[in-house]
Amino acid sequence: MSLANVKEIMLVLSGKGGVGKSSVTTQLALALSLQGHSVGVLDIDLTGPSIPRFFGIESSKVRQAPGGWLPVPVHEARTISDNASGAQNGVFTGERQLGSLHCMSLGFLLGDRGDAVVWRGPKKTAMVRQFLSDVHWGSLDYLLIDTPPGTSDEHISLVETLLKSARPGQVSGAVIVTTPQAISISDVKKEINFCRKTGVNILGVVENMAGFVCPSCAECTNVFSKGGGEIMAKEFNVPFLGSVPIDPMFVSLVEEGRTPVYPQGTVVAGKDMTTDEVAAENTADAVRDSGLLAEKYQSCSLFPLFDGFAAKLTLKV
Amino acid sequence: MGRPESQQAGKGDACAGCPNQQICASAPKGPDPDIPLITARLASVKHKILVLSGKGGVGKSTFTTMLGHAFAANPDAQVGIMDTDICGPSIPKMMGVEAETIHVSSSGWSPVWVSENLGVMSVQFMLPNRDDAVIWRGPKKNGLIKQFLKDVEWGDLDYLVVDTPPGTSDEHLSVNSFLKEAGLDGAVVVTTPQEVSLLDVRKEIDFCRKAGIRVLGIVENMSGFVCPKCTHESQIFKATTGGARRLAQEMNIPFLGAVPLDPRIGMSCDYGESFFDSFPDSPACKALRGVVRRVGEEMGLSADEVLEEA
Repeated sequence: MSLANVKEIMLVLSGKGGVGKSSVTTQLALALSLQGHSVGVLDIDLTGPSIPRFFGIESSKVRQAPGGWLPVPVHEARTISDNASGAQNGVFTGERQLGSLHCMSLGFLLGDRGDAVVWRGPKKTAMVRQFLSDVHWGSLDYLLIDTPPGTSDEHISLVETLLKSARPGQVSGAVIVTTPQAISISDVKKEINFCRKTGVNILGVVENMAGFVCPSCAECTNVFSKGGGEIMAKEFNVPFLGSVPIDPMFVSLVEEGRTPVYPQGTVVAGKDMTTDEVAAENTADAVRDSGLLAEKYQSCSLFPLFDGFAAKLTLKV
Repeated sequence: MGRPESQQAGKGDACAGCPNQQICASAPKGPDPDIPLITARLASVKHKILVLSGKGGVGKSTFTTMLGHAFAANPDAQVGIMDTDICGPSIPKMMGVEAETIHVSSSGWSPVWVSENLGVMSVQFMLPNRDDAVIWRGPKKNGLIKQFLKDVEWGDLDYLVVDTPPGTSDEHLSVNSFLKEAGLDGAVVVTTPQEVSLLDVRKEIDFCRKAGIRVLGIVENMSGFVCPKCTHESQIFKATTGGARRLAQEMNIPFLGAVPLDPRIGMSCDYGESFFDSFPDSPACKALRGVVRRVGEEMGLSADEVLEEA
C-alpha cells in the first residue's frame, strides 16, 4: 500500500477550528524539510481544504498514475543557501540540504476553487480511505496529516484505517494545536480525550496565536489571552512544545509570497528578529517574489520556533 | 446518480462503480416522517436564523451569542439559541451556563435559560463530564439535531438563532432539510478578512445557493486590531484579496459590517459574560450593534424594533 515506505506518520489535531492546524502543519513540514527530511502532507479536511493555499500550489492538479494518484510537489530535494542566520547578519553562512516536500488535498481535485464539497459522512469516509491507500508517496521520512476540526467522521475513519493498515509504531502520534483562550481549550480537551480513547499517542501541544507583536512599536499584546495551552498540557500530563505568536509576516509570506522583514527591536521567543539593512536590501522587491517557499520561510520569525519543534518531534520519533 | 433520498439513489447507471453505491442504495427512501412534527413544534417561532461559516474559529459562536444577547435586550422579545456543533460545542461556556443540565418533561426537553427571555440548547448539557469527546459519525449527529428541533420545548419565540460547526456536511444538510418546511429566514455568514478563510466561506455561500438558503449577509470579524500601546491599527488577518466587502460584491450578497478584533470579546466569552453589557462603549460593541440592526433589516423588520440605537 501507499504508506509502505513512509517511516513515520504524525497527525495534526485540534477540536477547535481556526486555531492554526493547517498553519502549524505547513510550518512543521517546512521545518522538517529544511532539516533535510523528505516530507509528505496529507490534507483530510475535505469540506475546507487549506493546505494548497498555504503552500501556494492552489492551481496544481493531481496526476493520475497506475493504481492511484501522484501527490503534488512543493519542491524536490536539493541544496539551497542557508539564510536563516543570514537574516541576522546579512552574511549567508552556508548551504542547507532540503528534503523533498509533496502534498495531497481534496483542493487539487476540485474544478473550481470556490466549489463546495457537500458530503455526508459515508462519502467522506470513502475519500479518507482512498487518500490513505491510493496516493503514491514513494519513500518518505515523515507524513503529516492535517485534519478538520471536531471528532467525527474524518477522524474516526482516519484512526480506524491507520489502526488497520499501518505498521505497529508507524503512527508516532498527534500534535495538538490550540489557541490560549478558554473557549478553545475546552474543545481541545475533547480532542485529547478522543486520542486517549482511540489510543493515539500525543506528541505534544502547540499553543498558537499566543500574543501579537505590533509591527509599529513591537509591543506584544495577548489578543487571545495567554498560557492556556501550557496549563492544559500540564493538566493532562502531555508534553508542551511551545507557544507561537501571531506573525503577520507569515501571513504575507503565505498570501503574497513576500520574504518576511521585521522592524527594529522585534523579539520573538527571546530571539532578536530585526532585519538589518543589508539583509533588508537582499530581500528587496526583486528577490521577494522569487525563490522557494522553504527558502523564504527561513527568514520568518516563526522558523526558529518550528525548527525547535521539529527537532523535538524527530527526537521523540 | 440523483439525490440520496430519491427512489433511484444508488441504482442509476452513473452509480455503477461508485464506492458509495451500497450506502446510497440502502439508505431509507421517501420524505422524512419527522419533518411535519418539527414544523409543528417550530410553528410558534417567528424568525429562524442560521449562523454559518465554512471556516472554523472565525467567530460563529461568538457572533451567535452576541446576536442572542442583542435580540434579548428588548425585554418583550423571546430568544432561543441552538448549538448544532456536536463535536465542539462552545455556546454554553460563552453564555456562562456550562455546568447546567437539561430537564426532560412529558412535553419535551426544556432549554437552559440564561435570562428570562434567552434560552439555550446544546449537546454540552447532556455530557456526564465536561471534557468528554463526542465521537460520533454523521447519522448519530443528525439524530440529535433532529431531536433538538423536534423535542425541545421552546414555547413562543421571536428569534431562534442556530449556531453551526465549520464545514458543509451532515449538520448543515440536516439543519437545512429539517427546517425547510418550517421556514428559515436565512443565514448570516461570518468570516475573517484573510483569503485562507474566504476560500472556505466561498464554499459555504456556494452551499447556501445549492441548498436554497437565503444569505442575509456576510459579517467580517477580527477586522483590524488597534495596539493598546501605540494605537497603531494592524491588519492581523490581512485582507489581501479585499476581504468580506469584496466577496459580498463578487457574490452579490449584502455586506453587514466589519467588527474589529478586541481581546476583551474573547475574555468576555471565556468568562461567560455578555460583551454588550460589559463594554457598551467599545468600538467593537458599536460595530456589532450596527451589524445586528442590519440583520434585522434584511429579515424585513425595522432596525429600531430589533435593537435600539445606542
